[in-house]
Amino acid sequence: MTRRAHSTSVARDTWRAVKGNPLSLVGLGIILALALTAILAPYVAPHDPYETNPLAKLGRPTSIHPLGTDQIGRDVLSRLLYGARISIRIAVQVAVISGTVGTLIGVLCGFIGGKVDSLLMRITDIFMSFPQLILAMAFAAALGPSLQNVVLAVSMTEWTYFARLARSSALALRGQAHVDAARAMGASKTRILLCHVLPLTLSPLIVQLSLEMGGIIRTAASLGFLGLGAQPPTPEWGVMVTAGRNYLPASWWVSTFPGLAIFLTVLGFNLLGDGVRDILDPRLRRK
Amino acid sequence: MSMVTYIVRRLLWLLFVVFGVMTLVFFISRVIPADPVAAMLGGHAPADLVEEMRAKWGLDKPVIEQYLAYVWQLLHGDFGVSMASGRHVLQDLVEYFPATLELATVGALISVVGGIVLGVVSAVRRGKLADHVARVAALTGISMPVFWLALLMMLLFYFILGWLPGGGRLPYYMDPPTRITGMILIDSLIARRLDMFTIALKHFVMPALTLSFFGVAAISRVTRASMLDVLGEDYVRTARSKGLVENRVVLRHALKNAMLPVVTIAGIVYGRLLEGGVIVETIFAWPGLGRYATNAFLALDFPAVVGSTMVIALFYSLMNLVVDILYAFLDPRVRYD
Repeated sequence: MTRRAHSTSVARDTWRAVKGNPLSLVGLGIILALALTAILAPYVAPHDPYETNPLAKLGRPTSIHPLGTDQIGRDVLSRLLYGARISIRIAVQVAVISGTVGTLIGVLCGFIGGKVDSLLMRITDIFMSFPQLILAMAFAAALGPSLQNVVLAVSMTEWTYFARLARSSALALRGQAHVDAARAMGASKTRILLCHVLPLTLSPLIVQLSLEMGGIIRTAASLGFLGLGAQPPTPEWGVMVTAGRNYLPASWWVSTFPGLAIFLTVLGFNLLGDGVRDILDPRLRRK
Repeated sequence: MSMVTYIVRRLLWLLFVVFGVMTLVFFISRVIPADPVAAMLGGHAPADLVEEMRAKWGLDKPVIEQYLAYVWQLLHGDFGVSMASGRHVLQDLVEYFPATLELATVGALISVVGGIVLGVVSAVRRGKLADHVARVAALTGISMPVFWLALLMMLLFYFILGWLPGGGRLPYYMDPPTRITGMILIDSLIARRLDMFTIALKHFVMPALTLSFFGVAAISRVTRASMLDVLGEDYVRTARSKGLVENRVVLRHALKNAMLPVVTIAGIVYGRLLEGGVIVETIFAWPGLGRYATNAFLALDFPAVVGSTMVIALFYSLMNLVVDILYAFLDPRVRYD
């Protein structure tokens, strides 16, 4: 199977899985809406997300401020729209960093085997025998709370999932005919790894990625909420929820809307993931 | 391999994991530039005071030396002194852990019972309205950020309806019962204070429900899938064709055999409860390990950070071990090697 044929078959499988599952289509819709919001935020946001207005503190939702204003008079809707950019940025960066690092380590382990493999796999065991959020909190606290460090902290807890998956794919591929053939033709180890093993491990990894996205966004928002992630005045959703906490119940809108945004985003990814997950399950695939 | 050998081997592995987590967290917290002394004294403290504090906490020594000293301390059962509270970390851990254990256990009970009931109903009524409602509820449950759910619960049940207390384990005017287990429900029963037990139970409702939301959702999804697998098996058809009542088929023949994956997920959920506990305890002012750990992280209180993460790792790994042992009881085909 050529690489192109392989990747189009993954795309086709994915689309078929999503198309046949109405809930997944809803999820896809939510994610597309989120992406659109992130791109268009500067054009559709009614106000500057950082502009304070002492005269309009904790204002109820009105036609000027459709979702009300926060404790220093900033427009909640505008901050929410800009917040979509931050969530997507975090999710994409974590996915790229942990996906790349995890895949490389995993493929290398599966391909080389031996002591390197067992040492690295024991390390992933240690990482995985620990609640992810608490590990991310430890990393985030040590790195110092900031948006960039949230990405690093979450990536440091996320890479193990990709490493495990990539390793098992590489192990399965190691003994296959096309790899033997390449070796017989004198291809170097690096070439075999990069051209004949790595590309074929990618499709389950991409599916895994879509399953992890919701969790990544929730963990990042949790760090923001606990004060270990993005810092005010960044319009990050978790930070916004925490800021509104002290103004319950009178000014419920300050933390309720950003919380709703996090929920919908995670739900979107989970709905999509529910359909895509079936691709990973060979029993279902055969049907 | 016999069961005993297996358990011993797993316990050794568990020690290794806890040691690994300790080392990981220790080095991360030492190597990376965030400065606990600056966090404690603020940015404008005089230089000689900063130096003095660094020397007092041993932070002026090379990292390897600090690490070896810490390991040596640990081997003597000494977790060090909290930089924030000035108390022994072990003393703090012993004080705060029971509250977390109690909350997580109540949360786990709700998760398991709720999850299994929802999952079984969903599988038996596959494709019907009850199934759709249960599945959407489950997806909502796994997507809900714990902190948002906690705030919504607080808004509704405390602020608007006024049905439940807003936080803590007991009202401020009530002295806690004599501390025996550190778990308020048990201690109040031991002290024969039924009135206190009822009040404490009321304080449990919101944090435990918030905490178990994810668990109910995760367990019901796995139960549903597993039940659907089992309901299609030949022995279920045989049971039906013998003329057994449907309830008996579902509960005695199918559910028992569908339990294996459910046990796995229940173990994971119990671990996840610790994670959710961090947030729930912060919001509901619950005096547990989660809140202690969060404060330690925020204050860069290194001894407390390392100590609390170790306890959490230990608990989490023990849960995984219990799950694996439970397999043998549920499925005699499982062999340990």
